[in-house]
Amino acid sequence: MKAKSILTKNAMIIVTVIVILFFSIGTGGKMLFPQNVNNLIAQNAYVFILATGMLLCILTGGNIDLSIGSLVCLVGAIGAVLIVQMKWPIWISMIVMLISGLVIGAWQGYWIAYKRIPPFIVTLAGMLTWRGLANVILQGLTISPMPDSFDALFNSYVPDIFGNSKLNITCLVVAVIISVLFFLFTITSRANKIRKNYDVEPFQYLLIKNIIICAVLLAFMFKLAQYKGIPVILIWVAAIVVIYTYITEKTTTGRYFYAVGGNEKATALSGINTNKVYFLAYLNMAFLSSIAAWVVMARLNSANPTAGTSYEMDAIGSCFIGGASAYGGTGTTGGVVIGAILMGVLNLGMSIMGVDMNWQKVVKGSVLLFAVIFDVMSKKRTA
Amino acid sequence: MAKELLKMKHITKTFPGVKALNDVNFSVLEGEIHALVGENGAGKSTLMKVLSGIWEYGSYTGDIEYDGEICKFQSIRDSEKKGIIIIHQELALIPYMTIAENMFLGNEKGKNYNIDWDKENAEAAKYLKEVGLEESPRTMIKNIGTGKQQLVEIAKALSKDARLLILDEPTSSLNEKESKALLDLLLDFKKKGLTSIIISHKINEISYCADSITILRDGASIGETLVKGQDNITDDLIIQRMVGRELTDRFPKRPKQDFTNAPVAMEIRDWNVFHPLYEDRKVIDQVSLKLHKGEVIGIAGLMGAGRTELMMSIFGRSYGRNITGDLYINGEKVVLKNTRDAILHKLAYVTEDRKGNGLILSNPIRVNTSLANLAGVSTNGVIDKDLEIKIAQDYVKKLNTKCPGVEQNVGNLSGGNQQKVLLAKWMFADPDILILDEPTRGIDVGAKYEIYCIINDLVAEGKSVIMISSELPEILGLSDRIYVMNEGKITGELIADEATQENIMAKIVRTDSGKSNDIKSA
Repeated sequence: MKAKSILTKNAMIIVTVIVILFFSIGTGGKMLFPQNVNNLIAQNAYVFILATGMLLCILTGGNIDLSIGSLVCLVGAIGAVLIVQMKWPIWISMIVMLISGLVIGAWQGYWIAYKRIPPFIVTLAGMLTWRGLANVILQGLTISPMPDSFDALFNSYVPDIFGNSKLNITCLVVAVIISVLFFLFTITSRANKIRKNYDVEPFQYLLIKNIIICAVLLAFMFKLAQYKGIPVILIWVAAIVVIYTYITEKTTTGRYFYAVGGNEKATALSGINTNKVYFLAYLNMAFLSSIAAWVVMARLNSANPTAGTSYEMDAIGSCFIGGASAYGGTGTTGGVVIGAILMGVLNLGMSIMGVDMNWQKVVKGSVLLFAVIFDVMSKKRTA
Repeated sequence: MAKELLKMKHITKTFPGVKALNDVNFSVLEGEIHALVGENGAGKSTLMKVLSGIWEYGSYTGDIEYDGEICKFQSIRDSEKKGIIIIHQELALIPYMTIAENMFLGNEKGKNYNIDWDKENAEAAKYLKEVGLEESPRTMIKNIGTGKQQLVEIAKALSKDARLLILDEPTSSLNEKESKALLDLLLDFKKKGLTSIIISHKINEISYCADSITILRDGASIGETLVKGQDNITDDLIIQRMVGRELTDRFPKRPKQDFTNAPVAMEIRDWNVFHPLYEDRKVIDQVSLKLHKGEVIGIAGLMGAGRTELMMSIFGRSYGRNITGDLYINGEKVVLKNTRDAILHKLAYVTEDRKGNGLILSNPIRVNTSLANLAGVSTNGVIDKDLEIKIAQDYVKKLNTKCPGVEQNVGNLSGGNQQKVLLAKWMFADPDILILDEPTRGIDVGAKYEIYCIINDLVAEGKSVIMISSELPEILGLSDRIYVMNEGKITGELIADEATQENIMAKIVRTDSGKSNDIKSA
């Protein structure tokens, strides 16, 4: 593999590293304090979750879902009323939240997929409607606090079984186990490929890549261990990212999203029900929005009328920064995670440096634009 | 003798891999109607694009002499300034604008910041009157029929002070009455001194209105320009010049077989299809055809004859509405509701437009190969990527696709190799009946030969092939039996032995509908 292709392939990772270094220096190292690393995950959990769902929508042809911020608010409002005011059991309330999200997703998905109303319009209408309904349910007020047992599902930390107060050993052990498993997995799958006579990347390249990945993982987990250990929310996010990576890369359903975005006519002529693909994208988006609603409700310890405002922009931005094509058909969950991390780092770094909120928006807007320009230009070159 | 208005000298235009025009000479006298005739791909449209500046000066070699001076058009605007106006086959009108708005689009009356609508509508009305169209200039384009739209295009051309009007197949979407009215209008304008070039496939129309005829074949002008009154112009002479190329040994041989008693793989009876947008337009009219097991049938015809529409409507109703008629596969009557159904019934349709309808250009060969048969590389919805790679590699080897590897994006391959990937995709779907729509369009001779070999291999395995092609030699070289289509109907069926380029072309260009009589007797 040539140096240049490694550079263009991993451009966003390199940019992220540079941005992290910049803020580490700019904040005098505060950026990488254990608590800040922890916050990076806790504050941005909803971005990872929503961006994963948004990727599927964008894959179908650059289609976005504008309604998710309002959807998070509405589902949260329903949950808060059930849990706090009506004292329903938590797990039943959570299921009701999921179901109401799915109903809304099916409604929007139906118009988009089967009547071919442009997604932009359907979800713009949703953005207004669901926000309005949420306010009606909340009567314009904030409902709080959430029961501790609900918050604990998302805000707690995995307890340290070794009982070291300074450093969370469990966290480090998990990191080492994952690293070892990762090494074993990549090396055995490479060996398998060689056995079947498939092309493989050079061993040195694999080794260097693995060492870098594991080093980053260990450093990250070490920071978490210095704080309170593994946040439960990290497990939620990791599980969702892993599941959706599997779906997009390994399953036929996942393949359909790419195919529809790549060339819808060719996909339809290949015997694939393209309407169903659009429907699934928006149904799934609502499903993940409901999960995000749990997370946000626990994080804010309340449901309030402005919760979820402009979340859709964070999700869309992460996807495009992470290399999803604005025309659909290309993009990976891995890329989206990088995009979300970059957005998170920008947010956190600028907040620590005390950059004015309005300037923060200017910076984020510019990053988004240049990411897409980069994507379009690099495609033109290879076309 | 009238003076020469236009003289195109030694025009050569190459596209990557293809010489579209090769040293073409073409001249038009002032005040005549000049017909430009040739098969699909003969270079007529390219020549007109060079003339109108769509292919700008420098992208071709040769000279354009117009009205006594050498012209170097950089864009269509330059040629329009000189009064050369082209009307494309696909009308370029905007449906949700009025006639007047369309007519003066880009050339609005009044000031830049203040369009004078009254003046614009009044002027539009004047030109509409000239072409004999009785519609208000405020009528939306979407509310008038194609015949009237064609007249609006001509009125638009007149509004630009046209001296030389180029019409690319102006009657292809008109009915008989409208066609005749249009040709009469041209004859009328001729009297007023307007020069026109008309591109057409319809010989009766040409002999009705043209003063001289230039014939193009394979990017070169064939013979001297035929002039009415000087040369003895016959339909046969035109047909012969259109198709008269040498049939060299460009086709791999296949043992001759008699299919009269072979089992029938697929049959359609009384198939009718209507246009998906214009409900009253019948695109396919009472078509019946039969395909035997192991047979290759060729479907000849010109663009717009309804060949693609017929095949797409069969392939899971992917085209048209109100489809009626019976479809039998292996003697059993079936209804194919969607493309999935068609694939399950072992049909495959290799599309004509491989970039638009066939392949996902931004995806690798591997993904494209498995797309129509993902079940074949997955268990319970989980794709076995290793198996997928292996299958893609097998097909690359089998079809001799030239590529660095199966992870190469299809968009980066040459046309011939893209076509092979498309074939691989459908071969992997394991069909019994393959419909190939223009399987060798835009690919080089070597790749063509390889694709012909693949077709022969497929029928040797007992599969049946329906091949749509606009290239007559290809139809003749590969088919066991040939159907000729024209205007949505089957106008002829020929056994390979009795078919020649001339008698196929004769069936294509001579319509036996009332239209020809109408015009000739007029």
